[in-house]
Amino acid sequence: MPEHRLKALNPLGGDSAKVETFDVFTISENPDLALASLACRAGQANNFTKAARKHFGFEMPGPGASAGKTPFTAIWIGPDQWMIEAPFETHEEIAAELKAAFGGSASVTEQTDGWACFAAEGPAAGAVFERLCALNVAAMPSNSASRTAIEHLGCIVICREAGIRFSVLCPRSGAASLHHALVTAAQSAL
Amino acid sequence: MSQINRIGGGRIDRSQVLNFSFDGKSYQGHPGDTLASALLANGVRLMGRGFKYHRPRGPLTAGSEEPNALVELRTGARQEPNTRATTAELFEGLQARSQNRWPSLAFDAMAVNDRLSRFFAAGFYYKTFMWPKAFWEKLYEPIIRRAAGLGSLTAQADPDEYDKGFLHTDLLVIGAGPSGLAAALTAGRAGAKVILADEDFVAGGRLNSETYAFGDGSGTDWAALAVAELAQMPNVRLMTRTTVIGAFDHGIYSALERVSDHLALPLPGKPRQILWRIYTKRSLLCAGALERPIAFENNDRPGIMLAGSLRSYVNRWAALPGKTVAVFTNNDNGLRTATDLISKGVNVAAVIDCRADTPDISGTETLRGAQVIDTSGRLGLASVTVQLADGNKRTIACDALGVSGGWNPNVHLTCHQRGRPRWDETLSAFVPDTCPPGMTVAGAANGQLSTAAALAAGTSGAVAALADIGVKAAPVDLPRTEDAAASVKAFWYVQHGKGRAWLDQQNDVTVKDVKLAHLEGYRSVEHLKRYTTLGMATDQGKTANMGGLAIMAELTGKSIPETGTTIYRPPYTPVPIAAFAGRSTGKGFRPTRLTPSHKWATEQGAVFVEVGMWLRAQWFPKPGETHWRQSVDREVLATRKSVGICDVTTLGKIDVQGTDAAEFLNRIYANPFGKLAVGKVRYGLMLREDGMVMDDGTTARLAEDHFITTTTTANAVGVFRHMEFCRQCLWPDLDVQIISTTEAWAQFSVAGPNARKLLEKIVDKDHDISNEAFPYMGCGEITVCGGLRARLFRISFSGELAYEIAVPTRYGDGLIRAMVEAGREFDAVVYGTEALGVMRIEKGHAAGNELNGTTSALNLGMGAMVSKKKDSIGSTLCQRDGMNRQDTLVLMGFRPVDPAQSFSAGSHFINKDAVANASNDQGYMTSVAYSPNLGHTIGLGLLRNGGARKGEIIKAVNPLKGIETDVEVVSAHFVDPEGERLRA
Repeated sequence: MPEHRLKALNPLGGDSAKVETFDVFTISENPDLALASLACRAGQANNFTKAARKHFGFEMPGPGASAGKTPFTAIWIGPDQWMIEAPFETHEEIAAELKAAFGGSASVTEQTDGWACFAAEGPAAGAVFERLCALNVAAMPSNSASRTAIEHLGCIVICREAGIRFSVLCPRSGAASLHHALVTAAQSAL
Repeated sequence: MSQINRIGGGRIDRSQVLNFSFDGKSYQGHPGDTLASALLANGVRLMGRGFKYHRPRGPLTAGSEEPNALVELRTGARQEPNTRATTAELFEGLQARSQNRWPSLAFDAMAVNDRLSRFFAAGFYYKTFMWPKAFWEKLYEPIIRRAAGLGSLTAQADPDEYDKGFLHTDLLVIGAGPSGLAAALTAGRAGAKVILADEDFVAGGRLNSETYAFGDGSGTDWAALAVAELAQMPNVRLMTRTTVIGAFDHGIYSALERVSDHLALPLPGKPRQILWRIYTKRSLLCAGALERPIAFENNDRPGIMLAGSLRSYVNRWAALPGKTVAVFTNNDNGLRTATDLISKGVNVAAVIDCRADTPDISGTETLRGAQVIDTSGRLGLASVTVQLADGNKRTIACDALGVSGGWNPNVHLTCHQRGRPRWDETLSAFVPDTCPPGMTVAGAANGQLSTAAALAAGTSGAVAALADIGVKAAPVDLPRTEDAAASVKAFWYVQHGKGRAWLDQQNDVTVKDVKLAHLEGYRSVEHLKRYTTLGMATDQGKTANMGGLAIMAELTGKSIPETGTTIYRPPYTPVPIAAFAGRSTGKGFRPTRLTPSHKWATEQGAVFVEVGMWLRAQWFPKPGETHWRQSVDREVLATRKSVGICDVTTLGKIDVQGTDAAEFLNRIYANPFGKLAVGKVRYGLMLREDGMVMDDGTTARLAEDHFITTTTTANAVGVFRHMEFCRQCLWPDLDVQIISTTEAWAQFSVAGPNARKLLEKIVDKDHDISNEAFPYMGCGEITVCGGLRARLFRISFSGELAYEIAVPTRYGDGLIRAMVEAGREFDAVVYGTEALGVMRIEKGHAAGNELNGTTSALNLGMGAMVSKKKDSIGSTLCQRDGMNRQDTLVLMGFRPVDPAQSFSAGSHFINKDAVANASNDQGYMTSVAYSPNLGHTIGLGLLRNGGARKGEIIKAVNPLKGIETDVEVVSAHFVDPEGERLRA
């Protein structure tokens, strides 16, 4: 992690992650994610796959799915394109790291602060999400992911554990609006 | 005495008493009551006044089809007009008021309309208020609106919350009567995902209103057991108080759940209502049937109601609509009302049956082949006049009359996608024919009117619907119960008499009105509806339409199926606009996007402006500044004198990579990008296919295969979408990958003569940002503040020596604080969008006002930028003759001849001696600002043949504001036209 003198702010504007707890549901801001977009370049599928196996140790997931092996998780976000997650503390410079690993086989773009991430966890998750988005969140299997609109914000919902553990990525500038929507939906549903 | 008409039995909780008021008078009821049932139990029959003639009205029905008993509920901001007393659940403290009457319900002065009814027949608006034409809007319409109408609005904002939601299921069962419950049990036990929705607050449908044997117990008990079993099933969602209001494409249904309507106040954080969108693989419509009335003279007095509803009030709510009851029917089902009432000891004066073969009913007199031809009673029924089979007349004293004209299957949802119902001669009713894909119908809604048939159809319907989606289900065991074949004689209206027989009690449409419509040529049912208003308003004619079209059929000599029905459209019952809006009100209307420096700007007391969804600092007031211009002038002057900082994160940033990235940009932009050197930035002009300017921005080349393109704030999404379309659809062969990085980087403009000096304190020493090492239009990846990765672009929107510096967004707050601190010795300011705008106008840079979708590169003075050496989007069509006329609009600068005068954006240019009208229009002013550097107003505008008119004096005319100013045409570059400052 680079040593510098600038202090970081979380997407909700605080120094520490905001956590809202309901009976059987918790909404937690998660600023500890490093993110990068990883896109396979034209005609580079073989080299890309080799690099992925070597660097990640898993096959890249198909549409609607995520795959992972500590410390990386890959989420399919478009044709030949994935969002790669890793712990921020150890992988703040994830884009440089991936570019080094994939070389000319991939286009890599830092996305860490492009998104705000909220963990939405608890057995009531399905009841809350049904007031937020058209995506059938309750039916998502573990390690699946999908784009959906929540209160006009283009989001990515990732199911870490079916029915219980979810993450929502939304454009960082809309973090407060999404957080408000999550909390309001939880209050309404629970 | 309280509840004088409350009898024993019923499905109400007598252990609790609920106090409520109607028109200021206090009453008592019980949980399980509706407002209508509680009022009837208290001896109140008069609940409203007719729409047009203000005749006294009581409830006609006991359900959502109610046309008459419309009341205002609650007070203050929660006041809700036009609520059906027949569906409003009673709660402690409920305040209800009658509506559309003055001064009181019992004495309504507007009832004079009833005396003048001959003037108010169908179409009277069109005939009476034709002339003088001008009187309609100012005189006639306001008077009519005051006289006719329903409830009133308070004009206060609704304080409650409304949610929207999305549900997904295998089988949606619409209606929880006998067939719906049987279907849900069948599907639930098979393990399918089931939603069972019913508009009532108790499941069971007619089972809660009937007394016949149901296996070894009652229908209510069976329904309660079924509900208890369903409630235990995790795969079943039982939704009472939920009306499925529409059937839409692809198995999507809309349903309104009334979460808190039965409470005095919603619980904290809970919505009042939820509008659900239900995605279902199959649906089974078990919506039952609605009883229809028979029209006869004066059939609208309080106390006259549908026979099945009367039975509901007695059996379900233990509320007697009257002490002495008569029944008028054309079918066996109506007889059940008489037998049920007699068994409860109620005095049934007579059964009047238009059929000749009605069986005897013990305990009352049966008048066969008879018809009710008139009624009496000022504010409620006192007697009915019956014409007997032998032609004699007889008056029967009674204060309640149950009327049954047969039952109409509830086909509405089957028709929401233009399906038309089929006429069933046996039932004398329309039954479903073509349904929306995925929908089947069971029970009374399908014409299976006996309870046993409905149960059987429910379970078999569920089995079939599930089999269709590969789920195996077995029929459930069902109790033995009533299985009478429908016996009905088609009978729509009593022909006797010259008075008014009411068809549509909500709109005060009579049999005569239908005849008049026919006489005047309005013979299609759709014309009939619009001419007479039959079937309009909150009940959509659920009790009225059938009678109206049957009479029209008779008049035209056509059959009823030939005459047809009007189109059934969603919503099935009224939905508050608030429910459609959901949370999209006020601040919830759209998300708010906050910039990385938002927290810091808030601390400074910045004044914010909404730019799209972004909230940007407009200016930063300092102590002593009382007018925005003081703040903005200070920010502009300080920036041009020393240095200013501005958050420009909102500009779109698109990361473009790939071995063909340069070629891709070459095709996207009108000007060339192929030879842009690594480490350089170039301004780019993006055209639409039609040659007009789409957007502009700068593109930086960080590596051979890596570019960062910026867009205007407003077009960030649109440009990205356009690029994605080009990449995926137009040129899939190119090796290009794009992704938005707008949010990922906090970007600040640092502008002014001291910009470099300020940045030298921020940028780490190993990065040389001197003019030689980092010249104008240079870019590079650097580190700042001791090692943080950052990007630096030497670009200028203000015309000053300027940079844009970007760091990962989480450090944006830290960076602006660091830069403000570093800028202290230079008297640095932070400026907002207003100062940004002033400086770009001073510099003559086009922005959103000029890139308005109607301007070409030539218009903007950038015609030469469109490369003819390569092909790019829009480069061909921008060569069209019409876009290259000599007198085309050209972006120019304008200044007032008298510096003390000003002008405004939107002004049109008129030649000095010409009359100010559209034919003399020479163009228009797009952007205007006060330039503190020049000490007067300046403007940018599009002027015909502008390039050749420098020095000319013309008029800037704003007829809306009544301003006309002499202006001189000048260069658009008011400040530093040679561009020396930005290269310094």
